[in-house]
Amino acid sequence: MEDKSKDIIVCRCEEVTMGEVREWIAKGYDTFDELKRLLRVGMGPCQGRGCREIIMREIARAKGIPMAAVDPGIFRPPVKPVKLGVLASCEYTKE
Amino acid sequence: MRSTEVMVIGGGPAGLSAAVEAASLGCQVMVVDSDLKLGGQLIKQTHKFFGSKEEHAGTRGFEIADILFRELDENKERIQVLSNTTAVGYYKEDGVVSCVTGEDEYFRVKPQRVIMATGAQEKMIPFPNNDLPGVYGAGAVQTLMNVYGVMPGKRVLMVGAGNIGLIVSYQMKQAGVDIAGIVEFMPHVGGYWVHAAKDRRLGIPIYLRHTILEALGDRFVTGAVIQEVGAKGGLVGEPKKIDCDVICMAVGLTPTCELLWQAGCEMTFVPELCGYVAKRDNQMRTSIPTIWVAGDAAGIEEASSAMVEGRVAGLNAARSTGHLTDTEFDARSSLYWKRLSDLRAGPVGEKIRYGISQACCGSWEV
Repeated sequence: MEDKSKDIIVCRCEEVTMGEVREWIAKGYDTFDELKRLLRVGMGPCQGRGCREIIMREIARAKGIPMAAVDPGIFRPPVKPVKLGVLASCEYTKE
Repeated sequence: MRSTEVMVIGGGPAGLSAAVEAASLGCQVMVVDSDLKLGGQLIKQTHKFFGSKEEHAGTRGFEIADILFRELDENKERIQVLSNTTAVGYYKEDGVVSCVTGEDEYFRVKPQRVIMATGAQEKMIPFPNNDLPGVYGAGAVQTLMNVYGVMPGKRVLMVGAGNIGLIVSYQMKQAGVDIAGIVEFMPHVGGYWVHAAKDRRLGIPIYLRHTILEALGDRFVTGAVIQEVGAKGGLVGEPKKIDCDVICMAVGLTPTCELLWQAGCEMTFVPELCGYVAKRDNQMRTSIPTIWVAGDAAGIEEASSAMVEGRVAGLNAARSTGHLTDTEFDARSSLYWKRLSDLRAGPVGEKIRYGISQACCGSWEV
């Protein structure tokens, strides 16, 4: 049976497929943050809420380690998109 | 820069309970919630709760939300509620929380104490075509149906036989939606038997030891392929094609904890609590002394225990800001922990008790 799993969209925000994620893990980029920098997974509007755990499971499987040993990466503010114009015009800049 | 004595992030069952508890003891409280309406999942829960009278057993979820709203109103001179407002960042350098109301107002808050009651998010499992329109999370289906009165489709395949999958299937069936079946990977139903029995009495098939292989359809869901899973985890038998226009995913929740990570709280992965959670002492305080955690954000459990954890967090925030004596604190605290241990008693609570034992450090004081 043909393997359709490679075409599954893992990160919907940035349209990254399972095939791409597995390919780069196999090349040794086996942390979430490395994959984020290479593929932009977790850098879209949902900031990884959709894809992070799926990718962590792929990393765990590929390395043969438990999920508890997979680093989920750095979480930076903001947790959802904020328009630059809103940031630029807020009280913060006037303090 | 705004300020408040206690900031509660999340206005679901845990957050509202925390806010009411802290305010009733004299704290100035700010509650932020990303949704338009407070109440979290409670406002879409039309089923009756279990447990004891203190935890509103026999009352429907949305009615419990109304009870909390009334308590909020009784303390309104000390509680500021900001709905449609997301806490988007916690800056550990100075303990400032940044927030966005709607899409157009950005502001910062410097709270003395923070209660993280950010709840949970739904898990998704990867399968081909799971991005087709018609693949929903069960939470979205419940919102459509029970908040907005919109049917998700005509014929639904439910994936997951935990309480959410079982209850949402029943509610859809009551609303006239055909349920093609409930698919469950495990060899047994994950939710309560009473919910499974209601589904079965309405003739809904439950496919235990089955998994979804793919969604079918070109521009939207027209079906799904499922297959039996053998005792060793491999696929056995022949794939079955199921006709449906909706695939509803109820495969579990995971704690929402981005802000806890940003705050630098010590985190730990606990499978029984369904993901990474903040380590906490026996009063729900995280490794950052000014931050408490409550509800699903502290580990996936139920609204009943979330409400009591919220009370514990609110009580502690009030004590730490000098609003009650140790004697008053001890009396309330022991009452809440008794209620929590009652809720978690017996074989049903075994998993959660173990999970908490992994995340709880007893005391941060050396």
